[in-house]
Amino acid sequence: MLTSLIVVPAVAALIVALVPSRRSELHLPLGFGLSVIPLAIAGVLFFEFETGSAAMQFTEHVPWYEPWGIAWSLGVDGISLGMIVLTTILIPISLAASTHIDQRVKEFVVFTLLLEAGLIGTFLATDLFLFFVFFEAVLVPMYFIIGIWGSERRIYAAVKFFLYTAFGSAFMLAAIIALGLIHASQTGAPSFELADLMSLEFSGSQERWLFAAFAIAFAIKVPLFPVHTWLPDAHVEAPTAGSVLLAGVMLKLGTYGLLRFNLGLFPQASVDFIPLMATLAVIGIVYGAIVAIVQPDLKKLVAYSSVSHLGFIVLGTFALTSAGLQGAVIQNINHGLTTGALFLLVGMLYERRHTKKIAEFGGLAKVMPIFAGVFLFTTFASIGLPGLNGFVGEFLVLIGTYPTLQVFAIIAASGVIFAAVYLLWAYERVFTGEPDREENKVLSDLSGREIAVLAPLVVLMVVLGLYPKILLDRTAASTEAVLDRIEAVTDYEVPEPGRLADVFVVAESEEGE
Amino acid sequence: MIELLPLVIALPLAGAVFLHFFGRRIGEPASGWIATLAIGAAFVVGLVNAVPAFTGELHHAEHVAIWDWMPAIGASLEIQWDALSVLMTLVVTGVGTLIHVFAIGYMHGDPRFSRFFTYLNLFAASMLTLVLAGNFAMLFMGWELVGLCSYLLISFWYTKPSAAAAGKKAFVVNRIGDFGFMVALMLIFLNFGTLSYGGVFERAGEVLTTGTAVAIGLLLLVGAAGKSAQVPLYVWLPDAMEGPTPVSALIHAATMVTAGVYVVSRAAAIFELAPAAGYAVATVGAVTALWAATIAIGQSDIKKVLAYSTVSQLGYMFLAAGLGGYVAAVFHLMTHAFFKALLFLGSGSVIHGMADEQDMRKMGGLRKHMPTTAATMGVATLAIAGIPPLAGFWSKDEILGVAFEGGTYGQVLWVVGLITAMLTAFYMTRQWVMVFMGEPRWDDGVHPHESPRVMTIPLVILAVLSVVGGLVNTPFRLGLEHFLHPAFEGIDLAHPSEEMSVFAILAAVSVLAGVAGIAVGYLVYNRPPARWTKFQEGFGGLWTAWEQAYRVDDIYGATIVKPGKRLADAAAFKFDLPVIDGLVNGAGWLVRTVGSKLRVVQTGLVRNYGVLFVAGVLAAVIWMVVAGGGV
Repeated sequence: MLTSLIVVPAVAALIVALVPSRRSELHLPLGFGLSVIPLAIAGVLFFEFETGSAAMQFTEHVPWYEPWGIAWSLGVDGISLGMIVLTTILIPISLAASTHIDQRVKEFVVFTLLLEAGLIGTFLATDLFLFFVFFEAVLVPMYFIIGIWGSERRIYAAVKFFLYTAFGSAFMLAAIIALGLIHASQTGAPSFELADLMSLEFSGSQERWLFAAFAIAFAIKVPLFPVHTWLPDAHVEAPTAGSVLLAGVMLKLGTYGLLRFNLGLFPQASVDFIPLMATLAVIGIVYGAIVAIVQPDLKKLVAYSSVSHLGFIVLGTFALTSAGLQGAVIQNINHGLTTGALFLLVGMLYERRHTKKIAEFGGLAKVMPIFAGVFLFTTFASIGLPGLNGFVGEFLVLIGTYPTLQVFAIIAASGVIFAAVYLLWAYERVFTGEPDREENKVLSDLSGREIAVLAPLVVLMVVLGLYPKILLDRTAASTEAVLDRIEAVTDYEVPEPGRLADVFVVAESEEGE
Repeated sequence: MIELLPLVIALPLAGAVFLHFFGRRIGEPASGWIATLAIGAAFVVGLVNAVPAFTGELHHAEHVAIWDWMPAIGASLEIQWDALSVLMTLVVTGVGTLIHVFAIGYMHGDPRFSRFFTYLNLFAASMLTLVLAGNFAMLFMGWELVGLCSYLLISFWYTKPSAAAAGKKAFVVNRIGDFGFMVALMLIFLNFGTLSYGGVFERAGEVLTTGTAVAIGLLLLVGAAGKSAQVPLYVWLPDAMEGPTPVSALIHAATMVTAGVYVVSRAAAIFELAPAAGYAVATVGAVTALWAATIAIGQSDIKKVLAYSTVSQLGYMFLAAGLGGYVAAVFHLMTHAFFKALLFLGSGSVIHGMADEQDMRKMGGLRKHMPTTAATMGVATLAIAGIPPLAGFWSKDEILGVAFEGGTYGQVLWVVGLITAMLTAFYMTRQWVMVFMGEPRWDDGVHPHESPRVMTIPLVILAVLSVVGGLVNTPFRLGLEHFLHPAFEGIDLAHPSEEMSVFAILAAVSVLAGVAGIAVGYLVYNRPPARWTKFQEGFGGLWTAWEQAYRVDDIYGATIVKPGKRLADAAAFKFDLPVIDGLVNGAGWLVRTVGSKLRVVQTGLVRNYGVLFVAGVLAAVIWMVVAGGGV
């Protein structure tokens, strides 16, 4: 079943590629239609998934290159499940939102579907070598999506994106090879299987170096301060679909990787690196938000808001508490939904006005009331309004971080103020007042197709905001398992909030007897 | 019937959702009546379930689970039904229903009539979530959602830039408070491992050290000060008057802004352990009461007077709550909801009849043209001035009585409260006289007229409540105190003295202060405007300071907003772009240069990638040799 999740989009890409280029009106609908299949498979996966189990499920294992111990090894657990569903949701939405692409439509659809195959592969792979292959493979379609269908400075942005990520990947590759070699030296045969590598024993410095190598690759991907500057450029230049998938899914390869591999493989180093990682995360939260306030370009504003929001995920991850980790995992999904929706909205505006400059707008709520309504709704989801999805992740992260990293949690909480400032100020400038520019007075409101593109995201924002249990039930066991392992192999003790309170209760009930 | 309680939230919520999608088609006035029906039905459900509380059978809080929300932190959606939530529910839905009815008349002709009622219903659902919540997480949900509705309704006329800016300001300033609130919740969770009221309050005494209790108390105060517009976070409320007047009455007088008082009362068990935090609450309240009262004196916009008056009266409630007089605070919350909602709706009626004029200097003599509005606002003015036996007298006196019994510091606060009471009587009389007495000073073309019945009937009902509402808790019959008692089980409530002589003397003093304020207000402002000016000039620069609200907005602008923007500008354009991005690009350039010198590969991108790749692997090998001796 998991293999089909990777193969189906790839085959879909092939089918689209076989349709002659001159029938350009067919490519997008065909690609969209085919991209619903992985969504359906992911849906089945989601509801068949056994809740309460931390184990990898639906595992598949086919040896690939046995001398090196490389295998086509797939599995899904609570940490990756949501990301796979999110990916399969965002791909059809991105395609449906790309009717404005008028050149080389076929290639566009093919690259998008290949990207899907790669992204899903990255989340499913439980063999590190296989993971690396997918991790690198997704760069190529995204490079072309930005480089071909982007705006003026697309080449600069695409190359920057590529180089940054590739730079990080080199470290990770070295670390992965080293892991395989260490496995060989400790057991006699190389292996890249995650479960095998988790039983390795490292010397302290070894573990820290390996942690660092992985962390650099993922930190660039997230991106963490100070390696974040590729992101605004990539977002501003990328076409809408590129931005949606970049923010919605690709950045999560970083946060996912930190949780899956850094925490999973290097528990002691993870504990050692808490101060550094938490510091970078908190800087990202506050700095990203402050820089977002004054961005003159809507897309850049949303891009910097991503830096801020992703900081919460990293902070929650390295808080090493149940609530923190659950918050991080669910925030991965939530950020994908809200920021994905924001990029879709900015894209729809750009299609109408061919600008994203905030100063060019004003009073749009009067001209485009439905658009304004959806934008405001998404804005509040992004600000973290309780009842909508963004709050759940952020709140869990903050509540979960406080027991271990009090000062960090308090500083991070100030992010809630800044988020309101940059988003509501932007909304005020774009949508309120009287429309004063002639070109803004004639803008058309959302079309039926555009409403259909946004509706699933809006619905999910409400559902996950009010009933996150549907997701948390599936993630909790896996995040607990990560913590249990860290507790088992290191001196680290996961704090149990309220332990003091419990002690008193026990004492009281004993007295009663 | 208790299992029907979720309907109290669900009914207005359903009304909002329904009107959101079908309101435009249904149009005016039907959509307004649907919204009224929704909140009215919520009132009925609440009332039916309140019966046990009235008959004294609701000894312990009842709980109704809705569903699990965030199990990891023990946060579920659950309703807690006890005396405090009963009272708040009845005030919110009761006063809310009246304001809905009034709004049907007030919003007549607005192109977004049905949208207004969508938001009004959504607000009701949010506020009821806040007061019915059984844990801090759900409380916070309601807390934020009322903030959202406040934002939406303040900037309801969003094509007006000032309205849009005011909405944003309200939300952002509230978020500063929310920051404190969130940290309080973190601290609570750390100590108790849960956010549910039961789990926290019942064990607070055992779990919390005094220091922690003070910290939680102060952080809750930060949140409460934002929502309830206390010093120094009150600045959003005067601007919030940009919203339609029914919004000011419902959200910015009767209900939402009292959420801070509610939270402090709800968390009585924590403040009980933290006297210092309690004093902080009382001090903030007293300072706010006096500060805002002086500003109210200098205002000439009919709604601004009421806005600052609301800030001041909320300060009164904080004063009481901080000293442990939770019953007094909640009592004043209730009576204030009656007379302040009435005052706002009355001002709305005036604005409606005066073709949107809000400047009191351009009013005068309206009592002949708007008799019902004049009479009902007159009643409310006497009520807020503390004239017996109207509602405000009883609740205000209870607060002053609590302060007087609160030791030396309490008596200092009592003096502040007394001065505030006098100022309140003065500026309210000033308002009523400027609007309804004297000679007309209207602009040409203004033809004042009484508002339609749909607007005046709610005024009359609220006037009746403003007269008799205080009788629920008098020194002779402590009805409200008994009613609320189960909700404050185990809390050492502060009381006014039970000595009738002390009550009589204190009452006499405060009535005297009220009468003095009324007398000065009447004598000065029931004369030609030239005489007002002379009186005002007598205060010199002080009056200007009051008129300009001490220019606090300018000060915040110069010390926080502007430097903040400069900082953000510097971070974005002097640091992020040139420094951070520049460094990385510089490194990239270095690699490129080295790469081209080496001429390893011909094409640009692949060459760079190759260089990095090789460098990375090399680094790895070196590392394995040097550091990883065990390999």
